[in-house]
Amino acid sequence: MKTVVLMGNPNVGKSGIFSRLTGTRVITSNYPGTTVDVSRGKAHLLDTPAEVIDAPGTYSLTPTNPAEEAAAEIFTQADLIINVVDATNLERNLYLTLEILERGVPVIVALNLWDEAGHQGITIDVAGLERRLGVPVVPTVGLAGQGIRELVERLDEARPSETIQPMNEEERWAAVGRITGEVQTIAHRHHTLRDRFAEASIKPVSGFFIALAVMAATLLAVVAIGEGLISFIFEPLFDLYTPLAMQISEYLGPGILHDILIGHLIDGEIDYEQAMGLLTTGLFVPFAMILPYIVAFYLALSILEDTGYLPRLATLVDTFFHRLGMHGHGIISVFLGLGCNVPGALATRVLETKKQRFIAATLMSISVPCMAQIAMVFGVLGPFGMQYIVMVFATLAIVYIIVGLILSRMVPGECPEIFLEIPPYRVPNLRVTVSKTWMRVRGFVGEAIPYLFLGILLVNLLYTVGFLGWLATTFAPVMEVWLGLPGEATAALLVGFLRKDLAVGMLVPLGMTPVQLVIAVTMLSIYFPCVATFVVLLKELGARGMAAAAGIMVTTALIVGGVLRMVLIGF
Amino acid sequence: MYLKMITMERTLLDLEPGMQGTLTRLAGNPGFVQKLRTIGIREGKTLTVITRHPLGGPVVIGVDGREVTLGRGMAVRVIVDVTA
Repeated sequence: MKTVVLMGNPNVGKSGIFSRLTGTRVITSNYPGTTVDVSRGKAHLLDTPAEVIDAPGTYSLTPTNPAEEAAAEIFTQADLIINVVDATNLERNLYLTLEILERGVPVIVALNLWDEAGHQGITIDVAGLERRLGVPVVPTVGLAGQGIRELVERLDEARPSETIQPMNEEERWAAVGRITGEVQTIAHRHHTLRDRFAEASIKPVSGFFIALAVMAATLLAVVAIGEGLISFIFEPLFDLYTPLAMQISEYLGPGILHDILIGHLIDGEIDYEQAMGLLTTGLFVPFAMILPYIVAFYLALSILEDTGYLPRLATLVDTFFHRLGMHGHGIISVFLGLGCNVPGALATRVLETKKQRFIAATLMSISVPCMAQIAMVFGVLGPFGMQYIVMVFATLAIVYIIVGLILSRMVPGECPEIFLEIPPYRVPNLRVTVSKTWMRVRGFVGEAIPYLFLGILLVNLLYTVGFLGWLATTFAPVMEVWLGLPGEATAALLVGFLRKDLAVGMLVPLGMTPVQLVIAVTMLSIYFPCVATFVVLLKELGARGMAAAAGIMVTTALIVGGVLRMVLIGF
Repeated sequence: MYLKMITMERTLLDLEPGMQGTLTRLAGNPGFVQKLRTIGIREGKTLTVITRHPLGGPVVIGVDGREVTLGRGMAVRVIVDVTA
């Protein structure tokens, strides 16, 4: 089977073309470095099955970060390269094209973003480019699927170039300049409103206010959409479901099976948040408390990603993030981490040095709760008042900054500066936004729900065999004396390794004061990542790195918990 | 008789926002030079400083209709000619 590899600069639309070729849906966004991992898919190209690989974007075959290393490594596996070139930025893209052609592999060039080039007054002589490069060149619009058929039809014309010979860097640049000059014409373009907004959003003062407005709008939209989904869709659905659940409860009668499936009734009624049965809490927590916010958050994130705003935000916060031992690009892992810590941890790959990646991953794991956990914090603390929710997030933000300041001084290694291309603003494509939100929501349902069920099952079993009681007594001294929490909260910390959202839910029946809840949920965020994130971090940081990060997490959790206890409860 | 063009060599960091310069030289190790060139910042290009963030923050420049953010430590290694 042939291996076809998509290669090109970052943010030129490789993933969009990959989706079109393979029918596999992958995440596409409007910022460099969306694809940090390698996506593989199968396709029938010209009646022969082929494996298609979507490589992370790279400016050259000489890598500068792990994502680019992956790209350079995949290059060696290719039987055929589809070199995706940004038609709006031909000159810069051609450097990689020439590097690839010099290696003597069969290549076909997809001249992507063809529509946008037209809008910008850029004309490219496709036949002329084809002649000079010595390989087929096909104009495409990946997201809309334009030109993909022709690209596939001409795959068998892909061949090693005869016109491009190996050269040194200076010669390559000269060739890039010469070819671009010969095939491209650019019509003069007036400044548009979009250009003016683009400038305002990247300047310090105007940019700051735009960032505040964008963040506020995002937060309000997530809360409004989430609450709307809960009160108009999910709660009514559970009202319909309650009679059925009650019938199951009666049919089962008291016993262990009832405890596992329905859980504990309170005054003969089902309290979905506290019952702890698979068919009650196990369904209610993921679907009625978390899913609505997951949908809302990913919708907002998709729109933010596709407009191209995030790299501008990265520029604005760069000075600040630099103090914490990273650079502005670190904000991307915070944003993705707010959805789920797993992609957040993967996003640290675009940072250049080990030090930066260690700091970004550790801080995210400590201070960035995922949306499932956030939704539960809102659900549990919300009824007591907004001030308690603010306490949790303010504490986490302060911890992020303090731990960052310390780590940037303690962790050995380099802290290179930001170097980031700012993509043009684009109007998000509705189809892409919806499909991306759906993919991520489906990912949540597929991965979170089995773990939630497992967690609930485990809690019931461990409770029945008396393990949780033992745990509570054993850790009571630390919990009570140091953190001011009941010993039973230890069980939540244990379950937090499986699912943090469930762990937050487990705090409800303990009858704690709002202040104790604040301490407990803050601890839950800091002390250790959930198992899914742990596995990814282990891979990204290595065993030693993970051990160091874990030490930092546990230490931070104990200090922060103790300080919170002193400030909020007293001695 | 000809008009002599007065040119001054400066670094990108010396340029106030709104000013333009032609890149003459990249002063740095080969890795740095390559990194900038591959993103489109190379000899002969006209660079426009769009903004410079305060407190040691990054510089945003325009090149070929694209914007690139780069740190000051990099900007100071980009030598430009400013036509006066």
